[in-house]
Amino acid sequence: MKNWRIGIDVGGTNTDAVVIDEKLNLIAGVKNPTTDDVMTGIEQAMHRVLAMPGVDKEKIGYAMLGTTHCTNAIVERKRLNKVAVLRIGAPAAVAIPPMADWPEDLKEAMDVKYYLVGGGNEFDGREIAPLDEEKILECAEDMKTNGVESVAVIAVYSPVSDKHEKRAGELLRSVLPESVSITFSNEIGSVGLLERENASILNAALRDVAKVTAESFVAALEEENIKDAEVYLGQNDGTLMSVEYAKKYPILTIACGPTDSIRGAAFLTEMKEAIVVDIGGTTTDVGVLTNGFPRESMVAVEIGKVRTNFRMPDIISIGLGGGSIVREKENGEVTVGPDSVGFRVTEKALCFGGDTLTATDIVVALGMAEGVGDPDKVSHLPKEMLDKAYAKIKESVEEAVDRMKTSAGDVDVILVGGGSILIGDDLEGAAHVYKPENFGVANAIGSAIGQVSGQIEKVFSMEHTPRLEAIDIAKNMAKEEAIQAGAQPDSVEIIDVEDVPMAYLGDAVRIRVKAVGDLKLL
Amino acid sequence: MRKIGVKEIEDMAVGAAVLGTGGGGDPYIGKLMAIQAIKECGEVEMITPEEVPDDAIVVPSSMMGAPTILVEKIPNGSEPFRTFDALEKLRGMKVYATMSIEAGGLNSMIPFVLAARRRLPIVDADSMGRAFPELQMTTFHLHGVTCAPMVLSDEKGNTVSMDTIGNKWTEDIARAATAVMGGSTFMASYAIDGKTLKKACVPYTASKCEQIGRAIREAKERNISPVEAVLEVMGGFELFRGKVVDVARKTDGAFVRGTAVLEGILDYKDQTCEICFQNENIIAKVGEEVLATAPDLIINLDTETGLPVTTEGLKYGARTVLISAPCSPQWRTPKGLETVGPRYFGYDVDYVPVEERVSRRKEMK
Repeated sequence: MKNWRIGIDVGGTNTDAVVIDEKLNLIAGVKNPTTDDVMTGIEQAMHRVLAMPGVDKEKIGYAMLGTTHCTNAIVERKRLNKVAVLRIGAPAAVAIPPMADWPEDLKEAMDVKYYLVGGGNEFDGREIAPLDEEKILECAEDMKTNGVESVAVIAVYSPVSDKHEKRAGELLRSVLPESVSITFSNEIGSVGLLERENASILNAALRDVAKVTAESFVAALEEENIKDAEVYLGQNDGTLMSVEYAKKYPILTIACGPTDSIRGAAFLTEMKEAIVVDIGGTTTDVGVLTNGFPRESMVAVEIGKVRTNFRMPDIISIGLGGGSIVREKENGEVTVGPDSVGFRVTEKALCFGGDTLTATDIVVALGMAEGVGDPDKVSHLPKEMLDKAYAKIKESVEEAVDRMKTSAGDVDVILVGGGSILIGDDLEGAAHVYKPENFGVANAIGSAIGQVSGQIEKVFSMEHTPRLEAIDIAKNMAKEEAIQAGAQPDSVEIIDVEDVPMAYLGDAVRIRVKAVGDLKLL
Repeated sequence: MRKIGVKEIEDMAVGAAVLGTGGGGDPYIGKLMAIQAIKECGEVEMITPEEVPDDAIVVPSSMMGAPTILVEKIPNGSEPFRTFDALEKLRGMKVYATMSIEAGGLNSMIPFVLAARRRLPIVDADSMGRAFPELQMTTFHLHGVTCAPMVLSDEKGNTVSMDTIGNKWTEDIARAATAVMGGSTFMASYAIDGKTLKKACVPYTASKCEQIGRAIREAKERNISPVEAVLEVMGGFELFRGKVVDVARKTDGAFVRGTAVLEGILDYKDQTCEICFQNENIIAKVGEEVLATAPDLIINLDTETGLPVTTEGLKYGARTVLISAPCSPQWRTPKGLETVGPRYFGYDVDYVPVEERVSRRKEMK
């Protein structure tokens, strides 16, 4: 029976892999450096874990991949596609330009081309103005000239009527080559123009990052002769999605790493209430474990300081990891990150014979990371600088933990991730610091135990079906979807119910329900 | 007189969301517009009501419409100018200063956009002390000041000037026009002279917004409960803590009406609280027992961040603390209650000040 799983987590620094049996026992786990091309790292990690004692390749029927690549790309402002924003809504939607409250450096790094054209809808489906088709064609020509790689199309009220976005897509397609991808905002987010636009821009910018990651995974599985496995990618609510879906909607993979690590940390420690600190090579994610699940954010979620309207785990991401670059300024001030050598830490860091001073070198020189690198290679570093750098590292984690707290009291902290060597067990504000066994592969475990979801979106006429009855119908349909997608029936829960009134259709409401459940094994 | 810059606007926007009592629209869009305007045109001068000469004319700049529409249909930006130009021409007068019509929600921010761009001072006051859904629900109305003649403008460039026989008519006609114009319009209305303003306004509410916003920010920085900090600044009461288990809402043209159901947590376990809203929170009940009603302020705060949760932000699973604070004394007069009391909103309940309801409940326990 093929009821074992392989779970892989691609981080900026390490690619982790675990094999888990049908009873969710960890059979094997490895950490492997992430490579420049991503694929080699996945292949290596997969190959190594499959070769571990006790692993029966024949039993593997499920493969799950969680990746932090999209988040890293945004935080580091690297590898992003050149995006054009086509906002459809003039004469409305003029007062605030796109990306108005984005961090200046991200705005600069993305170098987004902005076009505003006439069109868009009113709340009731009427047109604000006719779609300015001629101007869109002009915009498309200009995009072509400027080498735009990916377009985000956002029309006012597209969640109510997607006609203008669709038509704009056709017009853009008539000018732009197939290689230019188009993101339609109505497929990305709900009502709330700026937040939906932000998410759409990021989605568009992440096209190549997601494509490379997803394709690498499928190819690596085939290489290992795992051909008939069900392949999933982790999304930010802790559930799994198909590879094709993930390539189209890379934004949904954002924050799946932290979700996976929180779920993995809960699984490893059997704790239900704690703050989880996941330190990778480039970033540190701090989340909260409440009743065994990641705490969800209530307010507009920020991705790399960009406001979006996703429902996501409540996470703070800071630019600190094992590969964070340490610099000493002329005035004696020491900085750590936010830029990182990432997966090159094992060649670039001083303690590995490289030429870059990283956060890892600091803890190695301070004698806090036994077995990592060569302490002799960093013994020349002045103690004063080391102390300053370590204080910076510790402070930034403490501050992030503090920000996630709900009261001034001390809380339990679980440290996971490969970079957790950076922190000892004396964190201020922590009652206890736990580093579970296998802490390094918590992400991959979380990814492997990921749940499957069922989502239903349907317009109900309130005249024929009273609202509560309609919601019950939708809930049952979503549960059924989740079971169809492979969820264990008795584990299925409703996690999201949303209804949007559709004034222009009379007494109609669009109801969206999401159900999740544990993966049912064959 | 003091200067209002970007930092003050940031705090004010948070406080304005609290005074929005669940509605009033998320000040976010207004904040972005105000910040953009201040960055381009410089800081805004804020004056106290006492600093306004008795014969000077003050005109509030505001928006009308469903808040859910504005977050999707961002304005053009030229609307407030068109309304002021048209009103000055219509009445043959020069406007001395602008102000907020309502301290709560988005409309707290709109006059800052105009003040920055038109280089007008803004008065530290409003005509509600919170947010309310209808145009005649102002303390100006209680003093016989009329909303009309007024001007309404949409992003498409349509401008509607109107004169009416009463504020309720203005409300009804403007509301109908707003629905036709796409659900969100800008207004220049309630032109008021300095002398009347001093007795008819709810004073210092822009500063109050700033204090609330600052209290939440500083509580967070010092790791103390932001909810407590808000209650202290507002002189308010905690009514309930719970998890949202159902939200029903319906948009009819320009209003969002509905109810939210909270399932009690901690001290409120096994109790269910129902909050009814008409853009703003109007009444909160546990079973048949009324916890608070309009015109007192009824506000949901996030249990952790202390930030207000608007009725459109209420989602399944959200955990909130329901608080209430006394309204401006002007609302507790017979004419005030006739205008904004629970009966006006269709609830057959006598108005009892929230502080009395709270102490009665304490005695019963």
